[in-house]
Amino acid sequence: MTELALPHPHDHTHPSGITRWLFTTNHKDIGTLYLLFSVSMLFIGGSFAMVVRAELFQPGLQFVSPHFFNQMATMHALVMIFGAVMPAFVGLANWMIPLMIGAPDMALPRLNNWSFWLLPFAFTLLLATLFMPGGAPSGGWTMYPPLVLQMGMAFPFLIFAVHLMGLSSVMGAINVITTVFNMRAPGMTYGKLPLFVWTWVITAFLLIAAMPVLAGAVTMLLTDKFFGTSFFNAAGGGDPVMFQHVFWFFGHPEVYIMILPAFGIVSQIVPTFARKPLFGYTSMIYAVASIAFLSFIVWAHHMFTVGMPLAGELFFMYSTVLIAVPTGVKVFNWVATMWRGSMTFETPMLWALCFIILFSIGGFSGLMLGLAPVDFQYQDTYFVVAHFHYVLVTGAVFAIIAGVYFWLPKWTGRMYDERLGKLHFWLSTISVNVLFFPQHFLGLAGMPRRIPDYAVQFSGWNMVSSLGAFAFGASQLIFLYIVVRAISGHGAKASAQVWEGAQGLEWTLSSPPPYHSFNEPPKVP
Amino acid sequence: MNVQPRTANIAAGNRRLAWQLAAGALLMTGFGYLLVPLYQVFCEYTGFNGTTSRINHGQAATQGIDRTRWVTVEFAANTSVDLPWEFSPVVASVRVHPGEMVLAQYQARNLGNRAIVGQAVPSVTPGTAAAHFRKIECFCFSRQPLDPGQALTLPVQFQVDTDLPREIGTLTLSYTFFEQRGGRISSARPRLTKL
Repeated sequence: MTELALPHPHDHTHPSGITRWLFTTNHKDIGTLYLLFSVSMLFIGGSFAMVVRAELFQPGLQFVSPHFFNQMATMHALVMIFGAVMPAFVGLANWMIPLMIGAPDMALPRLNNWSFWLLPFAFTLLLATLFMPGGAPSGGWTMYPPLVLQMGMAFPFLIFAVHLMGLSSVMGAINVITTVFNMRAPGMTYGKLPLFVWTWVITAFLLIAAMPVLAGAVTMLLTDKFFGTSFFNAAGGGDPVMFQHVFWFFGHPEVYIMILPAFGIVSQIVPTFARKPLFGYTSMIYAVASIAFLSFIVWAHHMFTVGMPLAGELFFMYSTVLIAVPTGVKVFNWVATMWRGSMTFETPMLWALCFIILFSIGGFSGLMLGLAPVDFQYQDTYFVVAHFHYVLVTGAVFAIIAGVYFWLPKWTGRMYDERLGKLHFWLSTISVNVLFFPQHFLGLAGMPRRIPDYAVQFSGWNMVSSLGAFAFGASQLIFLYIVVRAISGHGAKASAQVWEGAQGLEWTLSSPPPYHSFNEPPKVP
Repeated sequence: MNVQPRTANIAAGNRRLAWQLAAGALLMTGFGYLLVPLYQVFCEYTGFNGTTSRINHGQAATQGIDRTRWVTVEFAANTSVDLPWEFSPVVASVRVHPGEMVLAQYQARNLGNRAIVGQAVPSVTPGTAAAHFRKIECFCFSRQPLDPGQALTLPVQFQVDTDLPREIGTLTLSYTFFEQRGGRISSARPRLTKL
């Protein structure tokens, strides 16, 4: 884990075949593995969502049983959060952080290999539950007891899968912090770190603080079920509501873990295509740090309706609404970066712009949900579903896609087809709004979430939403095609700088970069 | 060729920092567990979740009785779905003065064909009143074994605090009986004494 920290400067060969990927300690290889894993989970989790939307196309039960529907909804969430979004960010971190700070590799390359290879095992455990008696987890990804304790054989598999995912994330986070603290090229001061690196360092601290709490909470569930403890068992003096507190103490930092690196990606892309330096660099860092801090004192806004004292409702409401301030700073900074810039609208920029607009919509519905008095109406309705899909799909996922288009030429040395990229963008953007915007109306009208059947007055918008879902799902096949083409060496050759306005160490390397880069520390301008 | 010493320094630094961060992660696991007792203390202090407090006879006697004020205390009884017990209050409600010591009774009968040990879990609504509801003696302080067909009268002695907020005129004291199974008892016991 330590003596491999810097590869031998004259070693230009690297192993090939399956062992290259199994035993690799190269940050680019591991980054690629993470990203491939993430995209495969995106399609698995996406297919679960298609089942959900197909069933909701019409009222009544059409295709699946309610129990299977609940499994699909729960597994969709678990796979997308822990399998698609989080590994995608770790993959981008692996690829880009060493290139951005002028380091030869991640600080702990063997730990890096291990953090990735835990994931296939974790998801084998999780996905295997689909074939077990009693089926996959179906009580919602939040795993609230006592419902979760009534699960069949899948229960211990779920718990251990969560343990493995948590372990993987924490090790990944340790690696990122150690790399950024210790491996920066001479002259790469903290004040010069690209925003993507900054947001990732802060995210890594969130991971180290939040994931172990989740591990503790699910371990308590495990011992409640099998070893006779009573953490959440009222009969033994426990309290099921306490699980919600412990879970959301993890859960709220978790949602920022999924959005802060997205802020970082957008902060790289917008200056590049506006051809201006990022406006308010320092305030951006302070904003991210404030959001990270606030994420630990707002958790109970997920549970305004459990019966909290008024003082609690007020505290969590005010602290929640306070988050709008640093988030607003970020959005205004992005807009100010574009102000009077000479902008062009290549595919990554389109995705980044769309992120800013649609993520803000998700932020606004979040403000509505953060107001305790009105949350009593919205709690557990489709309004919540619309809100968190705006921040996670058009927020986190759109930023990841933007980042992939932005860096794909650097990774593969090939330009993607700009026309196809734009087609993918427009189809996705239109369909994703057709998919999620009507869910706001459904929620305000009172349609509960997590149900396979609904009252007939909700039929119209559900049908629209499902049509949007099918179109959005199909559009991602274009993305797959574009990425596969670039990987397989089709398309125009990319220059080292790739984008006219691109600044930073990663753009000084050839495209694709050599297998071992920055063996000699670069000169930082 | 001065690359090697620098490499070794960085490697040692990396290892040290990685261990420190891992220790941080371990600490946070501990903190996750620490949230459990913190939550208990928080609930008792604020009456959150209808958690009631317990006092002894001496403490109860020190309070004066506010004869100018009447408070209605309603009694509710529930059993968990898998517990074959009949469980109900003897009277549905009483009117009391704040500060007054009150004895109320519940009755339970085992309708099943096996001996069962039950544990009652109390709760007071509205939640803001829970901190002002003090139990002196209660059948919920201990486990209640019942043989098949056996009936039992279950007393609870309580006091409503004189500083109960003026706007509260009615309190509901609710008990839910759960079955206590083998291994669960010992681990649950120390925390039950606080109920």
